[in-house]
Amino acid sequence: MDLGGINPVILIATLMASAVPILLAALGETVVERAGVLNLGVEGMMVIGALGGFIVAVQTGSPVMGFIGGAVAGAVLSLIFAALTQVFLANQVATGLALTLFGLGVSSLGGQGYNGIKPPPTGQLLPDVLADLPVVGPILFGHDWVVYFSILMTAVLWWVLKSTRIGLIIRAVGESHEAAHALGYKVNRIRLMCIAFGGAMAGMGGAYVSLARVPQWVDGITAGAGWIALAIVVFASWKPWRVLIGAYLFGGITVLQLNLQVAGSIIPVEYLSMAPYLITILVLVIMSAGRKGKVNGAPAALGQNFHASR
Amino acid sequence: MFRLEKRPTPSKFWLYATPPVAVILTMIAGGILFAAMGKNPFEVIRTIFWDPVFGEFAFYLRGQLLVKAGPLILIAIGLALGFRAGIWNIGAEGQYIMGAIFGAAVGLAVFPTENRLIFPVMVIAGAFGGWLWAMIPAILKTRFNTNEILVSLMLVYVAETILAKASTGFLKNPEGMGFPGSRNFSSYPAAQNGFIYEPLGLHWGGVAALVTGVLAYILLTRHQAGFQIKLAGQAPRAARFHGVSPARLVVLCMGISGALAGLAGLFEVTGPAGQISIDFNTGYGFTAIIVAFLGRLNPLGIVLAGFLMALTYVGGEMASTNLGLPDAAIQVFQGMLLFFLLAVDVLTNYRFRLPFSVGAK
Repeated sequence: MDLGGINPVILIATLMASAVPILLAALGETVVERAGVLNLGVEGMMVIGALGGFIVAVQTGSPVMGFIGGAVAGAVLSLIFAALTQVFLANQVATGLALTLFGLGVSSLGGQGYNGIKPPPTGQLLPDVLADLPVVGPILFGHDWVVYFSILMTAVLWWVLKSTRIGLIIRAVGESHEAAHALGYKVNRIRLMCIAFGGAMAGMGGAYVSLARVPQWVDGITAGAGWIALAIVVFASWKPWRVLIGAYLFGGITVLQLNLQVAGSIIPVEYLSMAPYLITILVLVIMSAGRKGKVNGAPAALGQNFHASR
Repeated sequence: MFRLEKRPTPSKFWLYATPPVAVILTMIAGGILFAAMGKNPFEVIRTIFWDPVFGEFAFYLRGQLLVKAGPLILIAIGLALGFRAGIWNIGAEGQYIMGAIFGAAVGLAVFPTENRLIFPVMVIAGAFGGWLWAMIPAILKTRFNTNEILVSLMLVYVAETILAKASTGFLKNPEGMGFPGSRNFSSYPAAQNGFIYEPLGLHWGGVAALVTGVLAYILLTRHQAGFQIKLAGQAPRAARFHGVSPARLVVLCMGISGALAGLAGLFEVTGPAGQISIDFNTGYGFTAIIVAFLGRLNPLGIVLAGFLMALTYVGGEMASTNLGLPDAAIQVFQGMLLFFLLAVDVLTNYRFRLPFSVGAK
């Protein structure tokens, strides 16, 4: 079954994999923003995770260790952001941007000598018997473990944020840090932990780019995925399942435009590769149109630093 | 552990002292980084900060300083106006590229006509291109309340693809033997942005940067619009009662920063870069964000910060050719500078207190 040279089953299967980096990063950023912190350094944490994961995987020969390494690298970088915004009360927008510039620099410095190496492959999780089934096989059973992990994380975060005590505390801190502080919660400490979690998720998403999607190390490998992840959080109104939908939508567009490029479409390649960014803008417009003031569902204390004066 | 105590009023001393302190801290941390890379830290720091101004080749490198500082200052001043008002234009890199493409397209369209008016018209086209690209996030922000950070940033990637298309397609040199890139402006005097005074590296971009610095300073300190910008940033509610229209402010600030970034792109492409090519842009639009903060969002401070940042570029190139320091190390160095600046900045508004010291209660 082919539509203009594109097989829809393969398309859906590939989009699920290609959405993983932005899905993981956007889920992490959702938690960070629900706690009231706007970390614009997602791109930097992703690219550091991509490099960290790549180096660990190549050195140990284990892709699983690579993903853990990527998560650790992202979390470590995010701690710089946490220290600056939570301890030194620096402007979150400026610090996030600095984190991205710094991350891109560090990764291109640390990545020297890793070009052209192939990382150990991350294979399919389930046996071929299942993956070879028609239609449902490639879509449901043909993926590596990270794809399932990303879907699992969506469900876990939805549950944690919605119906656990931890989720309630995180949301309280993000909606009204004054009230949370008055109740005795350590606002800055909770935010610091959320930032580290967001860094780990972004780092793991980055590692998926360099270990599974590309898979090799190139400078600036994430190519704006972190910024798209930030846009998806707004698109999703800070809700995990909508983050999944958003990520799959953008994964789909990316895969589709690549397929169209290969299939030799009449639209020039340059215009196709603009598509994901233009559609991101379009979706942002649709999501925020017609609403005055704060965007729908934005945590009330988003982007504001907290200093306990009393 | 220490605790922070808010100052009743921001400290005047620390307002001016933070940038030098941040530079010194960055030199120390950078020195450790360079030492870890197996270089002599003192030699690297000297190569970056001393040699371009006073070293053996300073007669040439001093000129390079203004060449690099010009675009950084132009872009950073525009960004700072917006940052002051709480409007975050992060896509200056895209506006810079579009300014270059618009301006260059006008010049190349009339090639090889020689007329004194060609360059001024190209300058206007460049500013227009940047302005137009900045108007997209501005209009979307005012009409649909869309986040200007994300939109302006997405447009950088779009501009980069348009640039790729321009240098391999519609602006490609027809006599370029199939190589990507436009005609070189150095062989087209009417459209060339040559040096006015070479020993100082002064071309029209440098003139524009210095003039803009002064004009922006006057705007911020002496003009109604400058007052409104500052008011909107510090007290948005008070600004509304004062009659400041947030939408008009967004359009004004984004427009100015876009036009200035476009100008910087045009001056760069017709001067130092020479032609439209896939990678003629070197990230000035992003580095300018650091410059804006380093200059304390103050136009005169930005002029100084622009020169300091240019020093790290020029000195970094020296360190890269003479000492084999990777280019990326300079990028890390610049990132660290911004981190330290943001960290030290806490002293402007807060003071550190030990828990047992007098007055801590």
